[in-house]
Amino acid sequence: MTATTDRTTDHSRAAADGAHSHGVVPAGSRAERVTSFDLADIPVPSGREEEWRFSPVSRLQPLFADTLGADGVTVAVEAAPEVKVETVARDDARLGKAGKPGDRTAVSAWNAVAEATVVTVPAEAVASDVTSVRIDGVSKDATAQHLLVHAERHSEAVVVIDHRGDALLNQTVEVVVDEGAHLTLVSVQDWADGAVHAAAHRSTIGRDARLKHVVVTFGGDVVRITPDATFTAEGGEVEMVGLYFADADQHQEHRLFVDHAVPSCKSRVTYKGALQGSGAHTVWVGDVLIQAEAENTDTYELNRNLVLTDGARADSVPNLEIETGEIAGAGHASATGRFDDEQLFYLMARGIPEVDARRLVVRGFFAELIDEIGVESVEERLLASIEAELEKSMSVITGVPAAAE
Amino acid sequence: MSTLEIRDLHVSVETKEGPKPILRGVDLTIKSGETHAIMGPNGSGKSTLASALAGHPKYEVTSGTVTLDGEDVLAMSVDERARAGLFLAMQYPVEVPGVSVANFLRTAKTAISGEAPALRTWGKEVKGAMENLRIDSSFAERSVNEGFSGGEKKRHEILQMELFKPRFAVLDETDSGLDVDALRVVSEGVNRAKDTTDVGVLLITHYTRILRYIKPDFVHVFVDGRIAEEGGPELAERLEDEGYDRFLTTGATASA
Ligand SMILES: Nc1ncnc2c1ncn2[C@@H]1O[C@H](COP(=O)(O)OP(=O)(O)OP(=O)(O)O)[C@@H](O)[C@H]1O
Ligand SMILES: [Mg+2]
Repeated sequence: MTATTDRTTDHSRAAADGAHSHGVVPAGSRAERVTSFDLADIPVPSGREEEWRFSPVSRLQPLFADTLGADGVTVAVEAAPEVKVETVARDDARLGKAGKPGDRTAVSAWNAVAEATVVTVPAEAVASDVTSVRIDGVSKDATAQHLLVHAERHSEAVVVIDHRGDALLNQTVEVVVDEGAHLTLVSVQDWADGAVHAAAHRSTIGRDARLKHVVVTFGGDVVRITPDATFTAEGGEVEMVGLYFADADQHQEHRLFVDHAVPSCKSRVTYKGALQGSGAHTVWVGDVLIQAEAENTDTYELNRNLVLTDGARADSVPNLEIETGEIAGAGHASATGRFDDEQLFYLMARGIPEVDARRLVVRGFFAELIDEIGVESVEERLLASIEAELEKSMSVITGVPAAAE
Repeated sequence: MSTLEIRDLHVSVETKEGPKPILRGVDLTIKSGETHAIMGPNGSGKSTLASALAGHPKYEVTSGTVTLDGEDVLAMSVDERARAGLFLAMQYPVEVPGVSVANFLRTAKTAISGEAPALRTWGKEVKGAMENLRIDSSFAERSVNEGFSGGEKKRHEILQMELFKPRFAVLDETDSGLDVDALRVVSEGVNRAKDTTDVGVLLITHYTRILRYIKPDFVHVFVDGRIAEEGGPELAERLEDEGYDRFLTTGATASA
């Protein structure tokens, strides 16, 4: 890949100079961002705010409303035998424990839901199968939906949330990982073309707990996901993996926030995206905050984008704020490159037709990441989805229409 | 018996300032089993000839012809040329992250021969060829050329030449950057390919040392975008002693 922008920084030896930050940080520390359960505290954005400046707010408008329906999607859970599933009222005491909403869609979603789905992995339980949460868009009525996934202490489970169909969905996913638990949470956005989806993922990671948080975004008109992860006790680990593939006129935005609020936790963020077609737009923002008391933190975040055709745009903003000098390691890297014609030439000079050569390069770009997901059924589907996406771009290149999906 | 025929080839490279003429009338005929060495000063257009033969999109053929047994090579796409039996070992092989050598070799072999190679024999063949070229078996799982040393990249190119069995191979400075042992190992690889497949070789080099292992039938002096003189192996020795001054000062007059 020929990098057009490439930034790599290692902050392991960064001095304790108060707040150390860079990337584009126009709006002060991430720690100062308003969070609240109250609609009045977070008004409807104009689009000029820091957290909305890359977003097509007009297309997201329906999701900013004070009230939203509940019927635009159906929710079906197929749980592992060890896992418990309930539907609870909005005043259930377990809800709202994984942090407060941090932007308008998040606070609207919180206030609009009447019920929530709660998936509990009981203490010490090791789920013998994947738990799958299927969310199907069935109408274009703006809808709020709430899911809580709670991995109790020393449990282990894999939960896959799968979004399909067409919808206007404003969603909250709360993830609570208790002491010593290991949870893998995967959210797949495989929407039909017109779908608009905002999702606030708020996670807390307890003592010696591990969360692998995976986001895969392919479909939809606008998808905007804000995964937050907060460490609540020492020894926690979070691995955030994301893969996205944007086509013409699609907007896919992933804004992450890892809050190192306590000492001796580890975070790894790896997001990779491919873009093709005019008007394809992806946004990746990775905020990592290492608070003053979070000594011995180890963090690294990386975002790479592969621009396959002209007219697509990838924004990438890593942002690391370090308030302590006593860290084990901190760094970030961000690179956006165009599809490399020299790679294509090399492969074709070995007899490989252009279509296959492109496929090899794009698969190669994602290969490492797919291995990291570690959930076989998801990996297979992902490979198939990448093939389908590539099929579309090939049809542009070769003039042969893609096979109907 | 095959023939690769280059006639009055003119090639321009695409630059920011517009097309820049590099090759100014190259004439060259190579037959199966023959080895032709091309020597010439930096910037004289040797790699341009190699890239133009392979069909690199940056190089535009403005006039002339290239035929392979009468077939118009210039009308073929890059991959078609490779499938027709042309191979280019590049001066600077390209890194392809995420694509394993094993997968790459199998995909290319399948494309070139039009069918997937038999699984068991192919595995053995690759393994044997890698051993011969002293390429560690762990390279099969590494990404193509990624993080390879200069010498490892060159060996990987010759590995492909042995496995893909082209009719004509252009080796662009395959000897540059090789230590003495690697030079011998790589030369043995080329000679094996010559013995077993009767491949015609166009060997671009700056040094006579590789010509002690790979004996050229013809030596061509390349100056300012065309062949300035042709001769037998003795011409290479003379160039090593005298340099290219003779051609540069008299002004390059094509003798071909
Ligand atoms: N993309 C390009 N833009 C501008 N000039 C180019 C480009 N590619 C090649 N050239 C020029 O064409 C000429 C021939 O280059 P070429 O690489 O073919 O030389 P060479 O004989 O292989 O040299 P060397 O022995 O150093 O490998 C050089 O002057 C080079 O600068
Ligand atoms: Mg050269």
